[in-house]
Amino acid sequence: MSTTTTDVQSHGGHGEPDNPHHQHHFATMEQQFDTSKLGMWLFLATEILLFGGLFVGFGLMQSRYPREFIEAHEHLKQDVFGRPFPLYGAINTIVLLVSSWTMVMGVNAAQTDQKKKTVRYLVLTILLACVFLGIKYVEYSHKFHDGLLPGMFYAHQSEDLIKGTHGYATFFAFYFMMTGLHGIHVLVGIGLLSWLVVRARRGEFSSEYYTPVDLVGLYWHIVDMIWIYLFPLYYLIS
Amino acid sequence: MEPVLTSGARIGERPRPKKNYLNETKGFKSWALTVDHKRIGIMYLVGTLSAFLLGGIFALLVRLTLLTPQHKLFGLQVTAETYNRFFTLHGAIMVFLFIIPSIPGSLTNFVLPLMLGAKDVAFPRLNLASLYLWIVGAIMAIASMIIGAVDTGWTFYTPYSTTTSGTVTLMTAAVFVLGFSSIFTGLNFVATVHKLRAPGMGWFDMPLFVWGMYSTAVIQVLATPVLGITLVLLMLERVFQIGIFDSRIGGDPVLFQHFFWFYSHPAVYIMILPGMAIISELIPTFSRKTIFGYRAIAYSSVSLALLSFIVWGHHMFVAGQSQLAVVIFSALTFLVAIPSGVKVFNWLTTMYQGNISLETPMLYAISFLMLFAIGGLTGIFLGTLSTDVHLTDTYFVVAHFHYVMMGSTVTAFIGGLHYWWPKMTGRMPSEKWGRIAAVLWFIGFNATFLPQFILGSRGMPRRYYNYLDQFQPLHAFSTVGSWIIGLSLFMTAAYLLASLRKPMDAPDNPWGGTTMEWQTSSPPITHNFEDQPVLEHEPYDYRPKAVTH
Amino acid sequence: MPPQGSEFAKEIDFVYMALFWLSVVLFLMIAVPACYFAWRYRYKPGRVTPHQTHNTTLEVLWSVGPLILCIGIFFWGLNGWMKYAVAPGEAMEISVTAKQWLWQFEYPDGSRTINDIHVPVNKPVKFTMTSEDVLHDFFVPDMRVKHDIIPGRYTQIWFTPTVLGPHNFTCAEYCGKDHSGMKGMLTVDNDADFAKWMETGGTEWESYFDGSDPKKTPADWGKITYERVGCNSCHTVDGTKSKGPSWKGVYGSMVELNNGTSVLADEAYIKESIMYPQAKIVKGFDPIMPSFQGLLKPNQFDGLVAYVESLK
Repeated sequence: MSTTTTDVQSHGGHGEPDNPHHQHHFATMEQQFDTSKLGMWLFLATEILLFGGLFVGFGLMQSRYPREFIEAHEHLKQDVFGRPFPLYGAINTIVLLVSSWTMVMGVNAAQTDQKKKTVRYLVLTILLACVFLGIKYVEYSHKFHDGLLPGMFYAHQSEDLIKGTHGYATFFAFYFMMTGLHGIHVLVGIGLLSWLVVRARRGEFSSEYYTPVDLVGLYWHIVDMIWIYLFPLYYLIS
Repeated sequence: MEPVLTSGARIGERPRPKKNYLNETKGFKSWALTVDHKRIGIMYLVGTLSAFLLGGIFALLVRLTLLTPQHKLFGLQVTAETYNRFFTLHGAIMVFLFIIPSIPGSLTNFVLPLMLGAKDVAFPRLNLASLYLWIVGAIMAIASMIIGAVDTGWTFYTPYSTTTSGTVTLMTAAVFVLGFSSIFTGLNFVATVHKLRAPGMGWFDMPLFVWGMYSTAVIQVLATPVLGITLVLLMLERVFQIGIFDSRIGGDPVLFQHFFWFYSHPAVYIMILPGMAIISELIPTFSRKTIFGYRAIAYSSVSLALLSFIVWGHHMFVAGQSQLAVVIFSALTFLVAIPSGVKVFNWLTTMYQGNISLETPMLYAISFLMLFAIGGLTGIFLGTLSTDVHLTDTYFVVAHFHYVMMGSTVTAFIGGLHYWWPKMTGRMPSEKWGRIAAVLWFIGFNATFLPQFILGSRGMPRRYYNYLDQFQPLHAFSTVGSWIIGLSLFMTAAYLLASLRKPMDAPDNPWGGTTMEWQTSSPPITHNFEDQPVLEHEPYDYRPKAVTH
Repeated sequence: MPPQGSEFAKEIDFVYMALFWLSVVLFLMIAVPACYFAWRYRYKPGRVTPHQTHNTTLEVLWSVGPLILCIGIFFWGLNGWMKYAVAPGEAMEISVTAKQWLWQFEYPDGSRTINDIHVPVNKPVKFTMTSEDVLHDFFVPDMRVKHDIIPGRYTQIWFTPTVLGPHNFTCAEYCGKDHSGMKGMLTVDNDADFAKWMETGGTEWESYFDGSDPKKTPADWGKITYERVGCNSCHTVDGTKSKGPSWKGVYGSMVELNNGTSVLADEAYIKESIMYPQAKIVKGFDPIMPSFQGLLKPNQFDGLVAYVESLK
């Protein structure tokens, strides 16, 4: 029942050339990085389950009010060359996809000791995220103008019988909840990215240590991915 | 390896280090901003035990109100509304502030890294954040009790919860915050088990306590977010009437129940798996015999975690689900009974031909075996469709879940607390008082809850303030039982606290355990181990060796 | 278990008792070894324990054995459930509306009652239920039936009563303040008595009106009605103001209405208040009383009037 000790591993990792970011309960930086990444993936799993509940709820409500949900989708389209087309939704999708690309470029730049490029790509990602939120603001104000508000604020005037029912209002309740929760995550992402920009400008990231950039990158990709599911659900179904 | 039945000499052991995690740094900030898993564990212990006290007081009030049909409490008349608040607060505090966070936050936080030969958990700052989230959630929950009241039952069924007055929204928000505390703890433990094991320690060399806590952590990470979104939807329904759960505005009350139980069924496995994990440590140690069926116990923990996600509908057999759903859920529920049975048989077989001493932790472990047997067997009555129709929503269910949540989990918790008390505090608690309290606990618990099976089968519904006269003797008996439980717990608290006034003289390994936490001093130094321990033997190996340390 | 009141009861009780004895046996199979081993293998210094890590045969046996047992029990339970789940076509249908905190029943012929229901013996009866507000649950212990009642939906329950006499029922899904007061009585009658009930509200009231027992007066029947149909949730009889005016001292007095006029509280006034409560609102109270028109039998009206009169 004895345990032996090994000199190399004594005091947890002083065999590692002293990286200022090395946390001493990890034996090596590699172990620390791997563990951090695992932690972020676990957190992202919880995010998927969080949104998953809303997707399930949406699906169930859709089967309860199929006609109302299909008709309500029309409000998410704009008039493009005389035909209904989800313009804002499509633009936002492209914006987020490009921002995922700029994020990957930023991570890559950090991994390869290119400080200026890192900052540049992170800033670009932030700008694209702001464009996303800006378009969402435009979309939301159109809805408010039409009275298509969530829950008890629903005040849509229409002669069409269907548009006055619970089902129609429920669609918009879900629309605001899901895009709103997603929007909050985009906002948090902007905050995280800004914090990364500050640290990157201070020269904190290099090939020795780029964990925060990598992890925020993972977070950003999930935020993008959730939008990839939201987009067809809300904007493309007809 | 002789057990030390009294605090004794440290013959052949290292000298006790002067500085340990308790006294190395001092002052409020050194505790409030600590990232030491052991200190965080102690703070969680204090917090969750305080919640246990508060929830326990509400339980005593519930039972006192039910002592007679006249509902007089110390001469004051208890109204139905007050009673409804008593049982709601009892349930909500116990489930969300005590049972779910207690073992993971306190005992596991303290012991898991030590068992793995690690210096800390994977994310120490996240660990502190979990603690703070618990504190914030607890403050919000208590605020909701003081500002107004909640009378919905801990299950918050709609549409009553979306339309009743009271501080439901604040309490729901509190639970939301507590949920994130739980998620972060689970996330931390999963990463720790994957990445911070000592050199030489493969998955099947880990203590079974770790397997149990790992399985718990997986559930915490996967199930709790669904509770989170359910609570958000509940709050939005209440505040903005979005029309998802309230039928008057187009919603479906049964949908709430599906969402709620999708989390809450796995949640009960978050409650029981840590208890089972503790028992898997106590039994081999106090039987001085290797655990029987290590792999079976490990696999059963993981399979319980997975199966727990697919049986939630058994809380809703008469709630208005489709017939097909009802049948499928009942079949799956029987499946989930098997891994629990396997564990019990393995524990018993471990005791066979052992060398068993009955110190306080072992008394609680043996109590667990019997109380969990009753709890698990009565679950069969509820999983069986035809009997469930009669028994659901009656006191039979109340008795069943108290046998598993309290008779099993809390029993194991108290046993584990005694087992690791010397490690955490450096003192040995009184063995004499420990045994007396353990016996009182067993008697008091059965006296309180065994009659409730009878009440339920005779038709007494749950959450009832009034009852037919014929039920009064059983209710009175149950109430007296609750006083015995109270006495036992009061005694336990008293002698545990009294032990803190003794000198810090506990040995490194008072019980002769084989897991790594016993290789360091009692209490441990801040960095846990002087040198990185390396695993060199299979788990629970009690075969005599040439060299002992 | 409660007395067996329906065809289901026998079968369910049998399953219950079988599970009970099975549980006793399994519990002893766990508890006895636990205690015995603790004694038989009690600590002796220096004793070496055998290194038993596993035994595949044993482990397979105690996994597969219980599994087979569980599968068997599942099918047994399913069998009972299938009978419970589908009502026979010839069942008499009674519709139930549950609301906080009373029960409204309606028979096929349109007659209605509150909290108090009679059914004929040995004939299947089906309850189609909905709620006006929150979740409730119709639980008749003697019949071993129970099902949730959901607002905005209809749920169903059925049984064939086999034992004459009173069987209480109760709400079994928490519904707020008076959840534990939300109960009633289901009386199983033979055919003749049932027919009488449908016509005149049964036979129970008769002994209060025929003067045969000095302890059973119409006022006593009124008191029973007052409690049974839920008047007591809004009206007290001791003078305390509640949601509705207290009945104490009302009879024969002048009552001030919210439009400034006053009216004599005689028999006609009382009966009108029960049938058309919105016609005259007492000053200081809200117009929230529901109408009991069609819900009470003439004998209940008379009883209530007599009761109010007795409350000087």
